[in-house]
Amino acid sequence: MTNLKIQQISIFLENIEGRINDVTATLAKNQINMLAFSMAETAEFAILRLIVDDVEGARKALADAGFAVTLSEVLCIQCANHAGTLAKIIAYLSENKVYIKYMYAFSQGELANVVIKPSDRSRCIELLQKMDCSFLNLQK
Amino acid sequence: MIWNENKECMSRDERRELQSSRLRKLVDYVYHNTPFYRNKMQAMNLLPSDIKDIDDIVKLPFTTKQDLRDTYPYGMFAAPIRDIVRLHASTGTTGKPTVVGYTRQDLAVWQEAIARVITAAGGARQDIISVGYGYGLFTGGLGFHYGVEHMGATVIPTSTGNSEKHVRLLRDFGITGLAVTPSYALYLSEVMDKMGIDPASLQLRFANLGGEPWSPQMRKDIEQKLHLKAYNCYGLSEIVGPGVAYECEEQNGSHFNEDHFYPEILCPDTLQPVPAGDTGELVITTLTKTGMPLLRYRTKDITSLDYAPCPCGRTNVRLNAILGRSDDMLIIRGINVYPSQVESVILDMPEFEPHYLLIVDRVGILDSLEVQVEVRSEYYSDELSTILALKKKLSDRLKSVLSIKAAVKLVEPNSIERTAGKSKRVIDKRELK
Repeated sequence: MTNLKIQQISIFLENIEGRINDVTATLAKNQINMLAFSMAETAEFAILRLIVDDVEGARKALADAGFAVTLSEVLCIQCANHAGTLAKIIAYLSENKVYIKYMYAFSQGELANVVIKPSDRSRCIELLQKMDCSFLNLQK
Repeated sequence: MIWNENKECMSRDERRELQSSRLRKLVDYVYHNTPFYRNKMQAMNLLPSDIKDIDDIVKLPFTTKQDLRDTYPYGMFAAPIRDIVRLHASTGTTGKPTVVGYTRQDLAVWQEAIARVITAAGGARQDIISVGYGYGLFTGGLGFHYGVEHMGATVIPTSTGNSEKHVRLLRDFGITGLAVTPSYALYLSEVMDKMGIDPASLQLRFANLGGEPWSPQMRKDIEQKLHLKAYNCYGLSEIVGPGVAYECEEQNGSHFNEDHFYPEILCPDTLQPVPAGDTGELVITTLTKTGMPLLRYRTKDITSLDYAPCPCGRTNVRLNAILGRSDDMLIIRGINVYPSQVESVILDMPEFEPHYLLIVDRVGILDSLEVQVEVRSEYYSDELSTILALKKKLSDRLKSVLSIKAAVKLVEPNSIERTAGKSKRVIDKRELK
């Protein structure tokens, strides 16, 4: 069975022109592919969250380039790409007192992939497995 | 250990006698050799014979940094150039540079002062001391250098510039003592960290830190990170350079070399003495200098003196921490703010790096204070709420300490400048408008 937990890289960025470009350029230089990313921003700073194929390589390359990098574990659910699927999952989690701290999604043809950071990770995995959800992990 | 028990431990009455006789001699000397002081005294109807003992010092005229600029380069010298053996000068970043001249006798006093500084920190002949102050026109490097040689320890003139090399020297040469600025000491610990060198594996035992005010929290940080004891060394170029006052093993105030440099604490507005122990501006008279002796030089440093006996046995008065400078004290929305207050808050919070930058500005008619800090790597988070909570925590603490609201700005790692010299911690944009 694949590892259900995905390592997510978060980078603290000041809102400075060209700063995201600095991140992507660093990853490109190190031959690291981004699978998904999202950004949470305030007026002066942002947290860029990345899922990459080579976590350790990316962490090292970014840290060496001077970025403030943290690793955290998230889940990626794979579900059918049609209306109502995600709503059902979230409702079920919520009924069972597992909340979503943040999430981001990308869909691809028949399938949608949703990265979530739940309030209680192991409980969340348990519930999702009961629902027969499939997980995605493309990391090395 | 005490370098000069005779002078550092003399009774206060005895020292008073010595100070009185030295002051009489000094006033007579400058009256006859420094036209600047003769003119001032004549304008005040004051004769050298009016100065009978040390208490009469309050009758004497003041000297300011502006006086040194106005008389640039040699106008304050009492000795002729043929008797001056060394010159130092300020960088002149805030105006015309100021120049100080030393006779051979002045250099001997300086070396004696530094020998007391190092001995009080536990330094002895077998120590190997790295001087990481700038060598050159700045008094820090050469001042410390010759003091170390004088006391018989081994001096390494590392100077500033190459921090990685400095760390290698610390390791390879078995250096036991360090003379640098407090912020540079912290920076060296970061460099060691990057180089993968454990400070605990070094021989370092003590550091004489000076050149900028620092707080008790910063001392804790430095001692912990570098595995050594950190002692304050107070000084300023106009008076002699480093070595005006120094901490002993008690680490509770810096003993003033008051047989050579006489301290007064005055109210910065009225220029009248404050009651003993109260806070005010430090004013210093050089009792024994012959090259460029100064009467009542206004340091602009805000501090107080502690006359209580010290358990170490030294009887010279102790200089308490510098709370700020009367000229870089910030008045923000009518409130006095000392950068050292902000510093103590930040150093108290492990979530932040011990470096900061204050930016004061005026938006419309309201002054604004922005405090820039870096979050320590282990406190970063993938969650916005965690980072916003950190920011709020600092902002709330600042508010309670400063009584005004400061905008906290979190910046990326290593974006606040670390310098070898006095760090530039305040940018006041209001002056530019």
